[in-house]
This record gives sequence, C-alpha cells and structure tokens, in this order.
Amino acid sequence: MDAIILQILNGLDKGSAYALIALGLTLIFGTLGVVNFAHGALFMIGAFCAVTLNKILTISYVTIDATQKDFLGNPLKVQNTYVESWFGPNLGAAIIDWSVPLAILFSIPVMVLVGFIMERGLIKHFYSRPHADQILVTFGLAIVLQEIIKLFYGANPIPTGAPEIFRGSLDFGVLLGFDPNAIIYPYWRLVYFLFATAIIGGVFAFLQFTTFGMVVRAGMADRETVGLLGINIDRRFTIMFGIAAAVAGLAGVMYAPINSPNYHMGMDFLVLSFVVVVVGGMGSLPGAVLAGFLLGILESFASMNQIKNLLPGIDQIIIYLVAIIILLTRPRGLMGRKGVMEE
Amino acid sequence: MLGLTKRDTILLLVVAALTLFAPFILNPFPEGSAMAQFNAGYPDLMQRFVIFGIFAVGFNILFGLTGYLSFGHAAFLGVGSYSAVWMFKLLSMNVLPAIILAVIVSGLFAVIIGYVSLRRSGIYFSILTLAFAQMSFALAYSVLTPITNGETGLQVYTDDPQYLMGPDSPTVTNLFGLEMRATYTLDLGPWSFDFNAGYYMCALIMLIAVYLSIRIFRSPFGLMLKAVKSNQQRMNFTGLNTRPYTLAAFVISGMYAGLAGGLMASMDPLAGAERMQWTASGEVVLMTILGGAGTLIGPILGAGFIKYFENIFSKINDTVLHQWFAFMPDGLEDFMVFLVHPFIGKGWHLTLGILFMLVVIFLPGGLVEGGQRIAAWVRGRKSAKADTATSKTEPAE
Amino acid sequence: MSILEVKGVNKRFGGLQALGDVNLSVAENTVHAIIGPNGAGKSTLLNCLVGKLIPDTGSVMFDGQSVLGRAPYEINQMGISRVFQTPEIFGDLTVMENMMIPCFAKRDGAFEMNALTSIRSQRDVLEQAEAMLADMNMIDKREMLAASLSRGDKRRLEIGMCLSQQPRLLLLDEPTAGMARADTNNTIDLLKQIKDERDITIAIIEHDMHVVFSLAERITVLAQGTPLVEDTPENIKGHPKVREAYLGESA
Repeated sequence: MDAIILQILNGLDKGSAYALIALGLTLIFGTLGVVNFAHGALFMIGAFCAVTLNKILTISYVTIDATQKDFLGNPLKVQNTYVESWFGPNLGAAIIDWSVPLAILFSIPVMVLVGFIMERGLIKHFYSRPHADQILVTFGLAIVLQEIIKLFYGANPIPTGAPEIFRGSLDFGVLLGFDPNAIIYPYWRLVYFLFATAIIGGVFAFLQFTTFGMVVRAGMADRETVGLLGINIDRRFTIMFGIAAAVAGLAGVMYAPINSPNYHMGMDFLVLSFVVVVVGGMGSLPGAVLAGFLLGILESFASMNQIKNLLPGIDQIIIYLVAIIILLTRPRGLMGRKGVMEE
Repeated sequence: MLGLTKRDTILLLVVAALTLFAPFILNPFPEGSAMAQFNAGYPDLMQRFVIFGIFAVGFNILFGLTGYLSFGHAAFLGVGSYSAVWMFKLLSMNVLPAIILAVIVSGLFAVIIGYVSLRRSGIYFSILTLAFAQMSFALAYSVLTPITNGETGLQVYTDDPQYLMGPDSPTVTNLFGLEMRATYTLDLGPWSFDFNAGYYMCALIMLIAVYLSIRIFRSPFGLMLKAVKSNQQRMNFTGLNTRPYTLAAFVISGMYAGLAGGLMASMDPLAGAERMQWTASGEVVLMTILGGAGTLIGPILGAGFIKYFENIFSKINDTVLHQWFAFMPDGLEDFMVFLVHPFIGKGWHLTLGILFMLVVIFLPGGLVEGGQRIAAWVRGRKSAKADTATSKTEPAE
Repeated sequence: MSILEVKGVNKRFGGLQALGDVNLSVAENTVHAIIGPNGAGKSTLLNCLVGKLIPDTGSVMFDGQSVLGRAPYEINQMGISRVFQTPEIFGDLTVMENMMIPCFAKRDGAFEMNALTSIRSQRDVLEQAEAMLADMNMIDKREMLAASLSRGDKRRLEIGMCLSQQPRLLLLDEPTAGMARADTNNTIDLLKQIKDERDITIAIIEHDMHVVFSLAERITVLAQGTPLVEDTPENIKGHPKVREAYLGESA
C-alpha cells in the first residue's frame, strides 16, 4: 500500500509538467487550430528564466579583505553580490535563495512577450496552411530556440536550487500512519504539484468565469459563428497564445530545481506532451490534464522494480504503448470531441 | 530508355553523371589552397551524400506522394543498420547479405508499424509514427541490449562466429573481396581526387533507387498515391481502397530507409540507437522539404545540400572567419566575426533550423520550386509575359 | 424491376431521429428524385446508401445484395457512384489524370500493385479516359489542374469520372447547389443526355424544383425523416401534403 502511494506521489510532479504543457498545447490547438511543435521550447525557456534570474541576482563585485589571507598569503578576495550589498546580508541572501519562486514574476512578462512575438510574427501566417506545414515550421522554430539557448548557456545542465527550506523531504508515510521513511517525498515536488494544480485551476476558472474565457471557449467550439457575431476572435486568440506560453513557461520555471535545465529538455518533454494530448483527446482541456497526470503516474508505476522485473523495459515505453493502444481503440482519445482533426 | 520518357531519362542521366564525376565536382579547389576547405570530395562525406540521398528519395515516396508525414522513419534506418551488423557478426564482412537482410527486416518492421499507424491520418499518423520510433529507440537502448548492445552500440568483435569467414577473407567490409575503404587517389598537379570503392557501390545503388522511384512516380500506382494525397473521399467513392496503397508506400519507403541504414553499416560496421532518435527522423523530413517534396530530384538535392553545408559549416571556426573578414577595418572585422560566429561550427544546427523555417515559410516547394521561380523569372524577363500557369501545371522534376 | 430497395431504415443521432422507417424503391433505368425541406434527412439517407453511415435498423439492397456493413469502396465496386454537393475531385491532379483514376479502378479493382508499369503503356485506360473527356467536352482542358476549373467544369468532370466507371446507379447530391443559372442549365442538359444515351439509373437529391421537374420520372418527398408521398412529377406538383410540408417550412 505504501509503495503504491509512493509511486502515485512520484508520478505527480512529472504528471504535473505533462499536464501543464499539454494544457497549453491544447489551448493553442483548440483556439488557433495550430499544432505547435515549439511548445516544448517554451517550457525550456521558462526553465532558463529561472536560471537567468539566478544569474542576475548573483552578479557580484570583488572586494579585498585585508584582514584575512588566502592560502597563498595574499589578501583575501571576497565575492559580494550587489543584491546583498543593497538589501543587507539577510534580506539579500534570502532573495537569492528564493530566486526560483521569484523567477515566476520575472518569467510571466517574458513568456507572454515571447508568445506574442511567436504568434504575431510566425504562427499567424500558418492558420490556413496544412497541419504538416505547421508542424514543420514550429519544428524548425523549436530547433532555433533550443540552439539559441545552447549558444548562451552551453550544452551542460545548470543546477538551479530550490529555496533552502524546501530542500528537505517530507515523511509523508508518518502522516498516514505508515512506518517512518516508508514514503519520503521531497518538499519541492509537493510544491510543484500544488503550484501546477493552482495554475490549472486558474486557467479553468479564467475560461469558465470571465467573458473573455467564454468567448474563447465558444471560439474553440465554433470559430466561424463567433466570428460572425462581430467579435474580434483573432485578438483574443493571440492573447490565449500568450497565456499558453506563460503556462508552459511557469511549468518550466518551477521544474528547474527538479531537473537541472538543459537545452534539450523542451524536446524531451514535447514528444511526451504530444502523446499526452492525443491520449487525452485533441482539443479537450480536461482530457489533457487528466491524461497528463494519468501518464505521469503510470510511468512512475512502470518504473517500480517489481514491474520492471516482470516486464523489462516497460518503464521506457509505457507511455508510447498506452498512446498506441488508445489511438487505435479510441481514436478521439479519452475525452476528445467529435470532429476535431478528423478527415 | 528503360521504359522512361525522354525527360526522365535525361534526369536520370544527369544524376548518374553527377554521382559518377562527384570526386571531381566536389573537389574543385587545389589541395592546400585557401578554398580547399570548401572541397567535399572525401570518401566518407560522398558516401553520406548518396546514402542520405537514398533515405530521402524513399521518404519522398511516402510523404511526397501520399502526404503522410512520418516522424519515425529513422527507426527503419536503425533497424537496417542493426540487421547489417548482425550479418557481419554471423556470416562474414561481405556487404551483400548485410544489405539484403537490412532491406528485408526493415520492410517487415515497416509492415507492422505501417499497419497500425495507417489506421489514422493527419497529425495522428505523425504522432503514432513518432511514438513507435521513440519506443524502438528506448527498447534498443534498454531491453533489447542482447540484440543491440545498448548504449555502446553494435559492432563486430573478433570472437564473433562469422561462419562464412574463410582464413584469408578480408576483415573489413567488402563486396566479394573488394574492400569498401579501398581508395584510389589521382593527383593532377595541385589537385587531388579520391575514388572510393564504397562510394561507387553506394552511388550505383542510389541510381537504382532513383530509377525505381521514377518508375513508381510514373506508374498507375504512383498516380493512386497522388490521389490519396489529393482527396481520400473521392478515392473511396471511386471504388479504391486507400489503406493498401498507403501501406505499400509506407513499406517501400521503409525499405529505402533500411537500405540506407544497411549501407551506412556497410561503410562503417557500427550501429547505435541514436540513429533511431526522432531528431534523425526530423533530419530526413528536412532534407525532403528543403529539396522539394513530391518532386523526383528534390530529395537528393536536399540531402546533398544539408550534408554538404553541415560539413562545411562545422569546419569553419573563428580563425577562418578572421581570414575572411581580414580586409575590413579591425573593429568591423571583429564585429562581423561576432555576428557570424553563432551560425558556424557547433552552431550549424541553428543555421539549419533557420534555413528550414525560411524554406517552409517562403518556399514550400523547396529548392526545386526556387529553381522554377528563378527560371520563370528569367523567362518572364525575356518574353515580358511570365506564364505562371505553365510553371504550375508542369512540376519540373 | 427495382435496382435499389430501402426497407424500414431508421437512423438516430443521439436524441434526433434523422430517419424514421424509410421505405424507398428505385426502378431500374429511371430518374428518381428525392426532395424535401432542409433537415428532412435527405443527406443522411444518401450516406446510408453509400456506406458513409450505417442505419440502426432496416435493410438497403442494391440489385439483390445488401450494402450494409460494406465499406464505401466496396459499395462503389458493386456499381453505385456518387456525385457530391461540392464537387469532390482530385484538385492537385490534371483533368486527364482525374479521369484516368476511375478507369483504373474499373479495370483493376480496389487495389492493384502496378508500381513498375508506366501509365503511358496503359493504352486502354488512356483511350477510355480521353473518350470520356470528349463526351464531357473537356478535351481541351485535359492538362489543366482540376482545382483551377470553374465550378461548372468541376461538376462536369466529377460526373464524367463517375460515368467512366459505368455504374448502374448514379447518386447525385444537389448537383446544382451554388451554381449560376447558366451552369445549372448546362448540368440539366448533361444529365438529360446521360439519361437518354446510357443504361443507367439516376437517384437525385435536389432543392431546385426547376432541376427536379426537368429530370425526374418519379419523386419521393421526404419530411422529418419519413417519406411523405411518392409519385410522378405531375401528381407531386399539385399534392396538398407536399405543399404543406414544403412551403410551410421553407417558404
């Protein structure tokens, strides 16, 4: 029992990331009708927003402390960050320590801007082109974005830590009455899951309770009719693209402490997120979220030793296998609507 | 000739002449000259040109004719390579059985993947093929290690059985004794040209592959494939079953990919799982689009173009750049080097990505369409009346 | 002798009864029109005949054989060709290639792996396709891309493609929808000519009464998924029930 709970918990953080990326993919697909292969790159850019903010906060100058000597006998050079000297050592250190959560604020405008530029500059011109062209051009864009990041940040993963107080683990099992150390769950993963849930809830609430969201939902259902009502659907869809980009970016920012950001993380997640979207049902937002968590948890179960011994390699292929089975038996996915992407 | 029209025959002859004289054409600059870095007449590079040419020509039979965009074709390339290396391990270093097995195994593999994937079309098909390829990749890396040798990659060891290996059989890949690495170097003054056995074998196979592809394009079967791309509804209501047509195209293009994989292993008896990764599948898509999907010559052009510039761009470094811009004032020189730097050397993928986007945005018909447009523009200037209609109705292949 | 027998066909979409107990019999070598107001179930009925939809209950017999459960291409190979409301042709191919495809389908069946023969060597198909193009008055357009044809020519091409399969039953779904008057009249003339010259049964769904009364020998009026009356054009014209169903809703 404790093992099962542990696997579910382990699947939650990856599942959250899948769900957030898939949610954005579905929003873009549902509103703009565009298959965005560059969505993984947005997730990666988000993660690098966290890296960048951390770098900015730790920009430092060197002072010489004449009272101390280093091991060569020279006066000790001390690295001082500007942040600490401005805000005082305590607050300054805390700001640096909290750089990842702070990066949320930093990343939202960045991601929305990136999203707008992408949509207005490129995607806009592909609305009426075949899906194959959309896949190809966004695939090219994904390569370009990933190479640009590689150019600036190099090919190696950059460890980016969570705030000090979240670095430990929670003995989750004790709370449920199991033995100590039976279910150990890192705090940050818990934070990530809660954060993802909040974002998902926010997006749904936004679509459900605002006029803007209502128009977007109507547009997803029947674009032509909404257009006929004289509502400028295109501008709202551009904003939706910005929101989807921000969602992917936030997913990336918070993921940075879980997995050190590297330039190909976007591509790694993209393929799986597409599978998630297809399993959930193209164009279905709840489907994307549900499938994201389901597949994350499934993947985590498949990597249990007992199962791996029974079916070697299953952890590597489980998601693809599920996708193939779902596509063949339920072509519309778990919660897909009729008529989406069907010829 | 050979059942082709005059135009197709000329096309085939041009391709034949280009491949035959490639060692000259690709080495136009004397050895040791400043321009020698633009030479591409090295055996291994020329082999890559024709092998990827085969891969792209095969991919084009599926994507160019039927419009089904597969993102998993690298899987067949990998399967072909593994099969070929197994032949080297079990029989001998003769490439013929290796190539034959590569084609057969990848064909069977394509039947299975195609049968399942082709039950869906559009983006679902793309994602299904992608899922299959990623699955193959993951399996090759992990569970199938006994067959694929996992991360290390499959290679030939001295204690392999090699049942057909005689006491004096060559220990490198060969075709009935003709070693693939055998190279004759012709020195003409400052020029130097390499004639490599492996290259010529691959080139010959590519010519056969291109010939077959022309025949397929001009056959009733090819017409049906184009009809699939154009309107499946009408196909069905004209009494035609689209499924076997698309499956046949899928298997044929899978076999082409397997052939390319087999040849790759024949030139260098190694096979690794990374050959199956989806980025590798993306590369062949790129070649086909860049050259011109659906045209006969496009995929070969695209493969040659990408492999050539990959080689050239990767070789250029800042020192070379400084030489190029040496004529400029110092500050400007540094600035130019700074500007160009991201796109060369390891930045080749960035250049490729940008190029790819530009082609999809402005030239969806690829280099072939670009050539046609230029030709039409030149003609238009001559006759002052550009006949865009003809350039549209006759896709120059 | 009837070539098409529809008996007791029902089709529901969720809560909507699209077809309710439809019985229809189309006699061989006649032109049979099916008319009715919007939403009467005309297109649903047609889709049930060609395998695009499967009725919930009932039977559809063509020439003594059931078509139910067969794929569209199989039904087509039995001898039913369909012309669509918006012409379904191969837009990326030339007019000549468009015409060759049904000729190949007629000769070789649903699938033929002739990947290494050249189209140019298929004399019989080439001649057949050219003859049909000549019949359709389109021989001068043979090298044009089908997508670049005018609406009327696209329709003409589609009808020609269907005819070159030598079907026994030709189904037409609003063949003049969205056409200018001149094109409509041309299409009527073409269909009249086909009816006179060939051994063929035509079933036509139409909105335009001008078209219906110029062509049809029998008319079935469909309303709310059920056949109202079936009679000759003369009798249909004055039928009070028809006026009520038709004019009551669409006028």
